[in-house]
Amino acid sequence: MLSLRAMNFLAGTWVGEWLVGLGRITLLSREAIASASTFKFSRRDVLYQIYFIGIKSQSVVIVTGAFTGMVLAAQTYFQFHKVKMDTATLAVVSVSMCSELGPVLTALMVAGRVGAAIAAEIGTMRVTEQIDALRTLATHPTDYLVVPRLVASIIAVPLLTVESMIVGIAASYAVAVGLLGIDPAYAWWNMLKYSGDVDVMIGLIKSVFYGGIIAMVGCYKGLSCSVGAEGVGRATTEAVVYSSITILICNFFLTLVLEHICIILGL
Amino acid sequence: MIEVRSLKKSFGAQPVLQDVSFRIENGESVVIIGRSGGGKSVLLKHIIGLLQPDAGAVLIDSEDIVAMNERQLLRVRRKFGMVFQGAALFDSMTVAENVAFGLRRHEHLTEAEIAKRVAATLDMVDLPGTENKNPAELSGGMRKRVGLARAIIYEPQIVLYDEPTTGLDPIVSDSIDKLIIRVRDHLRVTSIVVTHDMRSARRVGNRVLMLHDKKIYANCTPEALFTSQDSVVRQFVDGVADS
Ligand SMILES: Nc1ncnc2c1ncn2[C@@H]1O[C@H](COP(=O)(O)OP(=O)(O)OP(=O)(O)O)[C@@H](O)[C@H]1O
Ligand SMILES: [Mg+2]
Repeated sequence: MLSLRAMNFLAGTWVGEWLVGLGRITLLSREAIASASTFKFSRRDVLYQIYFIGIKSQSVVIVTGAFTGMVLAAQTYFQFHKVKMDTATLAVVSVSMCSELGPVLTALMVAGRVGAAIAAEIGTMRVTEQIDALRTLATHPTDYLVVPRLVASIIAVPLLTVESMIVGIAASYAVAVGLLGIDPAYAWWNMLKYSGDVDVMIGLIKSVFYGGIIAMVGCYKGLSCSVGAEGVGRATTEAVVYSSITILICNFFLTLVLEHICIILGL
Repeated sequence: MIEVRSLKKSFGAQPVLQDVSFRIENGESVVIIGRSGGGKSVLLKHIIGLLQPDAGAVLIDSEDIVAMNERQLLRVRRKFGMVFQGAALFDSMTVAENVAFGLRRHEHLTEAEIAKRVAATLDMVDLPGTENKNPAELSGGMRKRVGLARAIIYEPQIVLYDEPTTGLDPIVSDSIDKLIIRVRDHLRVTSIVVTHDMRSARRVGNRVLMLHDKKIYANCTPEALFTSQDSVVRQFVDGVADS
């Protein structure tokens, strides 16, 4: 009884809508994961989506990665220089590029481009009854539309993340050595000493989750888009906003959990 | 056999269907007429499970599809082909890919066989040689015919046509009517045709259902409809607006 009354109270408020949305997207994800694990999806569709996600994201991932690495190198140097720890600069840059900034910034950028594109494409299909047409052709929209995008995103986002790590570290090296005059040998040595495979692993695990979030939020917003042209616009904006927020929140908890696991495993 | 029992549907506070019941035997060709906005498309979407009713049952070959989930419905939907009022072509695919969609998904054919079937079906709808066009390059009437080709290529048992001739010129309309009759007679399909075109209703229908005021108002042969003295039916058949 109490829970019923609580539900009635919640329904219609933004908290209620948010909870309903969360429930629906969870169901959609479950359906998509169940369908993906039968491996019946079309390899061609997945490859096409990987290509699409990769191409759409190249410019933003490279620019974001490079300038983040550069500003990180400069800022760290200015602080470390005061305590004469100049040569530790690159170590800080590489740890944060690999485990935090690389995955998060890449995911946010991909959410802006690809998440929006997914929501707009599927939303338009819904508004023009193409989703209904799919269903009459005995094709499940989850199998045909969601699964290839989910699988592709889970593969492509980690790849893009690695790209941004490499670009970021390379750019920070260039700034540190070329502009700030840090000794290259010491800087490189310290970087390898204080950062390692674990940071890259953490970054990759995170980026798999973010890839999933981007695809699922984009697909969900497209599929549940309200009829009319302004429905598509809203779905697109909401896909970007919600996936970005979810990524940022998840990042905090993933950091806690993954670092904790590393401590337990003694890595 | 298609049976609809006491179907009820509202969108929000707006009731669209109230207590709609009828039965369609295998091989029958039924025309649904009714005012614009009267719920004909909504009714058609219930028959193929695209919409869930608020109450009532839809039986396809004695199976109630209302209780089925989307995955169970896939099996039932293989019996159906549907032509949408707005064509609903996949705009990221060419005409040939659109038409071949059902074949490719559910039958194991070689590319050459698919190409042959697609060409033959496009011929049937008077659009030979349009395989490599994009839907955006087609006129409204051409899109509709591609939608028709997509729905009949895999030879379903039941075909639902939502206003297949609306917006087409009289000559193409005539050829679509003939095509519906040909599909009906050759493949022995059950057809349900929603139309505003009284001439085509008379030609393709063995029976007419008139949807009026959220219910089935008339359920009779085309002859009985055209000779009916009922004022509501007469007004619709003669096309007279309330003054
Ligand atoms: N998805 C929907 N959400 C809300 N209302 C809807 C929806 N689909 C249809 N309606 C409403 O249901 C009513 C019936 O619509 P429907 O499309 O079935 O009419 P119709 O008889 O096919 O008309 P027409 O001959 O113009 O195609 C309309 O008032 C429409 O606004
Ligand atoms: Mg309609």
